[in-house]
Amino acid sequence: MSSSFSAVLPTLVRRERASLTAKLLAPPIALVVTIALNLGLYIAMGRDPAAVIYAMLIEPFVSWASFSEVLLKTGPLLLIAQGLAIGFRTKVFNIGAEGQFILGAIFASSIPIWMPQATGQWMWPAMLLLGTLGGALWASLTAFWRVRLNANEILVSLMLSFVAAQLLNYLLLGPWKDPNGFNFPQSVMFQYDAMVPILFEGTRVNVSFVFALALSIAAWIFMQKSFAGYKLQVGGLAPRAASYAGFKESWAIWLSLIIGGAAAGLAGAAEVAGPLGQLQRSISTGYGYAAIIVAYLGGLNPIGIVISSIVMAALYIGGDNAMVSANLPIAAVRVFQGSLLLIYLIAMAFVRYRIVWRPTSARSAS
Amino acid sequence: MSAVEFILAGMLAAATPFLLAALGELVAERAGVLNLGVEGLMALGAAIAFIVVYHGGGHFLAFLAAGLGSALLSMIFAGIILGFNANQVAAGLALGIFGQGLSALFGKSYESLTVTTLPKIAIPGLSDIPVIGSLFNQDIVVWISLVVTIAIWALFAYSKIGLVLRAVGENPKAAHAIGYPIVTIRFAAVAFGGMMAGFAGAYASTIYTPLWADGMIAGRGWIAIALVVFGTWLTARIFLGACLFGALSLMGLAAQATGFAVPSQLLACLPYLVTIIVLGIISADRRLLKLNGVASLGEPFER
Repeated sequence: MSSSFSAVLPTLVRRERASLTAKLLAPPIALVVTIALNLGLYIAMGRDPAAVIYAMLIEPFVSWASFSEVLLKTGPLLLIAQGLAIGFRTKVFNIGAEGQFILGAIFASSIPIWMPQATGQWMWPAMLLLGTLGGALWASLTAFWRVRLNANEILVSLMLSFVAAQLLNYLLLGPWKDPNGFNFPQSVMFQYDAMVPILFEGTRVNVSFVFALALSIAAWIFMQKSFAGYKLQVGGLAPRAASYAGFKESWAIWLSLIIGGAAAGLAGAAEVAGPLGQLQRSISTGYGYAAIIVAYLGGLNPIGIVISSIVMAALYIGGDNAMVSANLPIAAVRVFQGSLLLIYLIAMAFVRYRIVWRPTSARSAS
Repeated sequence: MSAVEFILAGMLAAATPFLLAALGELVAERAGVLNLGVEGLMALGAAIAFIVVYHGGGHFLAFLAAGLGSALLSMIFAGIILGFNANQVAAGLALGIFGQGLSALFGKSYESLTVTTLPKIAIPGLSDIPVIGSLFNQDIVVWISLVVTIAIWALFAYSKIGLVLRAVGENPKAAHAIGYPIVTIRFAAVAFGGMMAGFAGAYASTIYTPLWADGMIAGRGWIAIALVVFGTWLTARIFLGACLFGALSLMGLAAQATGFAVPSQLLACLPYLVTIIVLGIISADRRLLKLNGVASLGEPFER
């Protein structure tokens, strides 16, 4: 092939081995690039960049009061993302955590709503347990559809999230509406014993944060050390190899989805039994979707996810700050989240590939 | 008007956003690319089109701007998955969130405003037939969408472009070996899909329900992706599926109008529930999926 122009074209060449340094550097570099691009957008929108930087990036960390709010938001993101990452690593794409979160909140709320007079220290643990069950059950619908009917889990889990949102609406506008609530779509306020204990006095951070950390450690041990974790990874990376080794793909799908659903359900339960104290229409500010980004940004690695969930939580708090002090619409947080994942995926490409510049003539010869 | 007439009259218009987005996704998937960002692309198209019409730009310009805007956004996705071989699922989800965020950002100051819709064009003679006559009284975009549907059907059935697209999706290595530029073709297919999603969003926000609200696409983009599976990658079946969902979304309104006592939330669930059920039925027949499915769907192409 004779080339009429002798330009030098870039080609991607897969690296033999991705370096650990590059892997570790990719997320922070992606974060910095995303911040720069989004700041450009805010300037184009006529906002004061200094005010936005302070509100979004510095204010969440300046005081224990605001940082404790970051930790409060970290809890659900960390729980959901750890659960989802197990599935993502095995190529089971549960993207319906939002619905599983909602079901967890609904299941947990059933105790204080049906037993408004109940007291006792059993209440909040029972609610968290029931919420975990609710999330797992909702996810098992997706698992059934995938394993028995071969239906795509991405679409089914997402459709179930829309159904869950309508179910929540139905409950809050109908049978579970607070009769003295001035017609607001929310339940009664829960009694004291239905609330999870606070972890640090003077903040809203509660014991569910400990569960999130415990799940992170469990996920790390499970994926790194256990045979079941090995099985799951093999199943995801090479289904055929997995079946040669003698275990079923369906087992991995059930396990991934149920763990993911249970974690999201627990997060939902902890939200109504924690900072909210009642079932509301806006129980989630898109945690289920943000957790997908958290999982990828953490490299689907349990330790990486701990860090990325703190970053994402800080972004939520910073976004709230910027909404007030820099007059930035809250949609800016979603733009930031989406662009962060897109840019991270580009950064990861440089980890996996080398760019080789070579002339077109050499390229056609090779 | 009876419930049947009501549904017949509105079905095609309600189906149009589903249809346009699903046809775009069909072309992308035929070329081997799974674009999960349709919801975000539709949202962006809806916001852009609404803003253009609101400022007096008219519907033609609105569709042009929406198609262009969403096509450009989908090219970011295409660049990432084709240029850098990134995971298509992750990149698609990111695109969806990004697009929805952008639409909310642009549309912020237009929240809950309305614009004027387009007049309906009746086909003389046919539209006078009792009961089904209302089927032949539709706005211009519905008519154009039907033409586009037939064009895309013909593209895959008879044209060389359709054949090349299918080859690229079926066996990219072989198509590359005989000299087709895989990346360029896939890039163009994704951009076309993005443009169609933009049109779909534009129709939703400026004609079907001529108002802008954050989240107004309400899962239509995801249903459009499911429609491609329902239609087993065949244009005619995708059209029928879109009509089914158009009718389904009207059933809620028809039921309320007749005083049928069903909670509105259950009716709002109907499209999603039906998607889940039909997806199960179609997918359970693995032979059917294999028959017209795209062999390399979602897999990156590496030389």
